[in-house]
Amino acid sequence: MSEKLKLVDQVQAINWNRIQDDKDVEVWNRLVNNFWLPEKVPLSNDVQSWATLTPEEQQLTMRVFTGLTLLDTVQATVGAVSLIPDAVTPHEEAVLTNIAFMESVHAKSYSSIFSTLASTKEIDEAFRWSTENVNLQKKANIVTDYYRGDDPLKRKVASTLLESFLFYSGFYLPMYWSSRAKLTNTADLVRLIIRDEAVHGYYIGYKFQRGLESVTPERRQEIKDYTFELLFELYENEVQYTHDLYDSVGLAEDVKKFLHYNANKALMNLGYEAMFPSSVTDVNPAILSALSPNADENHDFFSGSGSSYVIGKAVNTEDEDWDF
Amino acid sequence: MASDMTTIAVGDRADHPDPAEGGEGPITDAPLIYFSSVSDNTHRFVEKLGVRAARMPLLTREPTLRALRPYVLVLPTYGGITGKGAVPRQVVKFLNNEQNRSLLRGVIGAGNTNFGETYCLAADIVAAKCNVPVLYRFEVMGTSEDVDRVTRGLEEFWT
Repeated sequence: MSEKLKLVDQVQAINWNRIQDDKDVEVWNRLVNNFWLPEKVPLSNDVQSWATLTPEEQQLTMRVFTGLTLLDTVQATVGAVSLIPDAVTPHEEAVLTNIAFMESVHAKSYSSIFSTLASTKEIDEAFRWSTENVNLQKKANIVTDYYRGDDPLKRKVASTLLESFLFYSGFYLPMYWSSRAKLTNTADLVRLIIRDEAVHGYYIGYKFQRGLESVTPERRQEIKDYTFELLFELYENEVQYTHDLYDSVGLAEDVKKFLHYNANKALMNLGYEAMFPSSVTDVNPAILSALSPNADENHDFFSGSGSSYVIGKAVNTEDEDWDF
Repeated sequence: MASDMTTIAVGDRADHPDPAEGGEGPITDAPLIYFSSVSDNTHRFVEKLGVRAARMPLLTREPTLRALRPYVLVLPTYGGITGKGAVPRQVVKFLNNEQNRSLLRGVIGAGNTNFGETYCLAADIVAAKCNVPVLYRFEVMGTSEDVDRVTRGLEEFWT
């Protein structure tokens, strides 16, 4: 905490009856409706399952979660807060305070998992590992540097890449355990975090694109070049980090596909085209369906015969009919 | 009727609101009709398809589109816990017009797998309700593979 964070210059009473950007209200409502706390998830039901993991698998899981805790802490304490002075509407400021708080909930959730499953000694060891792992520290530092910098658009890029890309080397593991019917309650909790991060990445990416609208084409190009440079820098580090964690269980290659897949979504959240070709984003279907039961390829009607459907009769509908 | 006909190109919003709420909206003969919020994610996907398409008005209070011919609907879901209210209100208004509903032939969903069970839920709801297939799902604004598959798929679908 060497430098003081910049604060907004002037504060006026926030009037939610005068909205400049409807997206602020929409996202605020979405975040409030999605609110949750770790106490709601019956993590203790995973104690037996935890005992079936090998010591190596347990250690990997602890390390993955301390890594995620570090990123959530960065996002709560520095990231989301650093975006507040750049906000263009008072409601955007309010949404960012919600995001910051929720990131603290995420960080605390991992401690709930730890205290349920592991001993104090194991917990302390995992936290020590997180302060000593070079690649983990590097990714936190790269992002934090941009948060401390003086470029609002670059800050949003760094934030979106964190929300939509950097978490996923960690998120992979609980989805993997879940696909093998292990630590399923822990996976339920992490799915709540994954859902939140999607809203955060979407919103910050959206504000980034609004910000780009008012700058010169040269500046737009500069920001685009910067985004891809930063993504490559983070990606290289992420690959190293993935090997550090997953080589011992032979999952690194599978995790990398998940990284590519999510890097594409991070870019799209920023309004850029996906970069990794489908040949390297073919995420293990078991992982995808652990993430979303709707995500499997069989839902692609176009790839099927296309002849088996019948045009239905139109039904009368009223507004209420759609209120599912 | 013919002089009344308005084809809305991609990018044009139906931004000639009729002062009378729920008044007659613009008519479209596009084979693809879509809703996209100001995020423009779905809009970008549709633009890349290079097919004639009509965008629903952003605001629910504006008169909605009226379809003239069979079409495919593209709509996003940014889901909540139960997916309550998953179908955007503008789409509800559009589908509450019986002619619009009767001309619907298929649905394409946009979303994000991060939303788990509610990934593309709005597409599922509309498809079930109107008894048409969900043709495809894509994330955010779609990759180039998504664009290729949907372009080819739609060509075959209409032939």
